[in-house]
This record gives sequence, C-alpha cells and structure tokens, in this order.
Amino acid sequence: MSKRITEMCPALNDAMPTEYRELVENGPWLGDKTVKDLGTFKELLEEHPLCAGCNLALSLKIILSSLPNPADTIIVGSTGCSSLGFMQVGIHNIHSLFGNQNAVATGVKRVLSMRFPDKKKDVVVMAGDGATADIGLDMTIHSWFRGEKITTIMFDNELYANTGGQESGMTPAGRVAYMAPLGKKFPKINLFEIAKTSGCHYAVLLTTANTVRLGACVKKAILLARDVGPTYVQIHTPCPTNLKIPPEESIKVAKDSEKERYAFNEYVSEAAKSFLENTGNKK
Amino acid sequence: MPQYKVLPGPEGYLPPPAALMGVELPEEGKALVEGETVSESDAVQKIARKILAAKNPTIFPGPLVLWAWSETACKKAQLVRELAAEAGMKIIPMPDYRPKYPMINPAVEINPNHPNLTIWHNKIDVCVFIGVHCHYANVALKIIRGGTDCYTIALCGEYGHEDAMITLRDVTVAKLEALLAVVRETKRKL
Repeated sequence: MSKRITEMCPALNDAMPTEYRELVENGPWLGDKTVKDLGTFKELLEEHPLCAGCNLALSLKIILSSLPNPADTIIVGSTGCSSLGFMQVGIHNIHSLFGNQNAVATGVKRVLSMRFPDKKKDVVVMAGDGATADIGLDMTIHSWFRGEKITTIMFDNELYANTGGQESGMTPAGRVAYMAPLGKKFPKINLFEIAKTSGCHYAVLLTTANTVRLGACVKKAILLARDVGPTYVQIHTPCPTNLKIPPEESIKVAKDSEKERYAFNEYVSEAAKSFLENTGNKK
Repeated sequence: MPQYKVLPGPEGYLPPPAALMGVELPEEGKALVEGETVSESDAVQKIARKILAAKNPTIFPGPLVLWAWSETACKKAQLVRELAAEAGMKIIPMPDYRPKYPMINPAVEINPNHPNLTIWHNKIDVCVFIGVHCHYANVALKIIRGGTDCYTIALCGEYGHEDAMITLRDVTVAKLEALLAVVRETKRKL
C-alpha cells in the first residue's frame, strides 16, 4: 500500500472524522517513526478501554509506534484483554477465534504473498498468554515448525485477566489469583526456550521497563520475520487489576521483574545474524 | 407464499436476509424497490422522491468513495457531495469497518456493526449507502431493517443489495450524474 491509498477524496475530506484526517496528515507512516517520536505524530492507538496502568496497553502503544511499515501491516489478534484495544487501532486488524491467531496469520501471510508478490506485507500476531501458550499453543508452535514468516508477540500478564483471574500456563508456580485460590501447582511454561527450538529465528524476552529497547526489538522481530522466518516477542505485562498493583506503580513492577525473574534475554539464529549483518541492521 | 416485501422496520432481532425470503438481485438494467424488480428509471425516480420528502435524509459514503483509490472514486465522491447539497442530505461517513464499539461517536460516523446507533442518534428517516463493500453493506442494511424504521437505499457498484428498500446496481459515475439530474428536476417540480 502506498501513501496514495491513505489519501482521502478531496470532495469528502471535510466529512471525515477528525481522527482520520489527523492520521492522513500526520500519521506514523510519514517518515521513519520510533518510540522516541511519540507525542509528535498521530498515533494508531490513542483511546482504549483497558484498565488504568495496564502494561499491555503501554506495550501495544509502543509496538504500534515501532511498526516498520504500518500502512502495510496486518495485525491478527485473539480473545483477551488485548482484543479490547484492537478495536481502537487505526490499522488493519483481524480478530480470530481464541487460540487460532497463528493459523489465521499463516493464511493471511500466504495469500498476501501470492496477491502482492512484489510488496512487503507484515503480518503480526498479538495475543495474550492464554491464547498463545495455552489454548493456541498448537497453532503457535506449528506455525514456527512450518517456518511461517510472521511475528508472534505475546502479552504475558501471567493469567486470564479479562475473565476474572484464572491461572494460565504462563502463571508462575505458587501464584494465587482471584479465580485460582489454591495457587499454581506447576511451573511457568518456558515458551521462550520452546520458540528457540521450534524454528524461530529471533526470540526475545523483555518487559515494558525499557520502552526504547522494546520498540527496537519489535521492529527487529518484524523485519526478520519478513525476510528470514518466524520470530517471537514475549513481553511481561503485569496486570494492575488482577495483581492489585496501583496503576502508578505498574511500570515499577515491570522494572522490578526485569531485575529478577524476567531478565532481558535475546536469541538470534545464525541465519538472522547474517541477515542483520548484511543489511547493516544489527541494532 | 406471498412475496416478501423489504420494508422499513423495526422487523425485530435477527430479521431474515431478503435473499432467503425469495428476493432476487436485479438483472442488468433493472433495480429493486421493496423487493420487487422495476426498471432502473422508476427506481431512480423513487429514490429522488424519497430523499426529497424525508425529514432528515442522510448519505453514508463508505471506503470505496471516501479514500482516493482512483480517479473514479474521487469523481464519485464529488457527485456524492453534490447530491447531498442538492437534496439537503447530511453526510455521515463509514471510513472503515473496525468494530469501534463502545468508542464510536454516532454523531460523526457510522459503523457497519452497529449502524442503528447512528440512525437512532441522528433520527435519520432515509439513508443512502454508497461505496460500502458488499458484505458490510448487507450486514448494516439488515441491522437497520431489524432495529429501526429508517428507509434504506443502496447505490451499489456491483450487483445491488436485496436487503435495501431500494437498490440500484452497477452505479457508475454516469448513473450518479443521472440520479443527480433527476433529483434536481424533481426538486424543481415540488
């Protein structure tokens, strides 16, 4: 899609809602925008119904500001808190059935490759830990086995937040939640390691603590998925509502977790390394 | 079985698709008025009378005429603007199909997933769809028929919409110009 497609017919320009006019005149596709430019352009997500202090909402805002090619990006979402935000995102997005997101993204990517063989189209899956590691685990892993050129981003709030706080596979052992009063009986799934051994060429484990690094990693993951193979981004997004975190402290909680059990970890395959070296995109 | 009439609602929750009730899309050169096949010129006359007699007629331009896909899209947009001005119609756009509930502002835009909100909020009695992709037009027209008493008109670039009360098919720039001319003429006679 060229910028031409994001222009309005002059005769009806003034009938369009203000937010669309602002997106056309000062949207993220004009120039190479990064997280550092936040506040200087019209963002793809400005209003959303997620809770105050939601780390997922912050991650989503950073991710959307870091898309290398927003006009040609399609997001595939799934059931969960994140799906509440996607409705407000000013970009193509598809809501799939719970857990089906990587299968749907596979189809979208393959058809786009056939329909637009000369264009770069990025397909990015964004889903919670329940959709990615529990209900949709087979879809997730099999898309990696098949080497699908899509990016999978998991918002890991470590439970089923919007249904009241049930434990998920990503909940740490011993964690007590509203709907899991006895505490988790088995350890957190190590999907980062599974991604490494299942065919992902890039996998990264991080939090919202460092927004610039988060933006850079997302961009790298999408660029590698476009040309090399599947990539995986796992973001710790502690839920202020279910974990009883005061909204103003939710980033501090993410920072603390990065110092302890959610330390930054990045895996780059040999093929991805050589691609990055050849394209001069090492950072 | 008596022929099903596609009439203003509210027909109730989940009205049947008109196609299931035996209403067929018009042949080339024909149009549908309330489920019956008529000549295109009759339908154009009826559209002109309906929008000119309405208290609060509104046109809903969709993505195919709002965005500058082509020169034709821009020409159609210009004609939509002229038609609205001539018939005293409000323009409420449908810029995309994201289900923006509950953040949508029904005063400034319409969404195919809950078009009834925009109809109710603005007290629209006659609406005209143009440039809305077929599958979303069908959904929206059915919801409007189900939940409101709004009279729906669909100006379709493809084969028409049996769920609208009046539908023209193959609406080109020339057909829009012809409709505009009929509206002007009808207005002059009133």
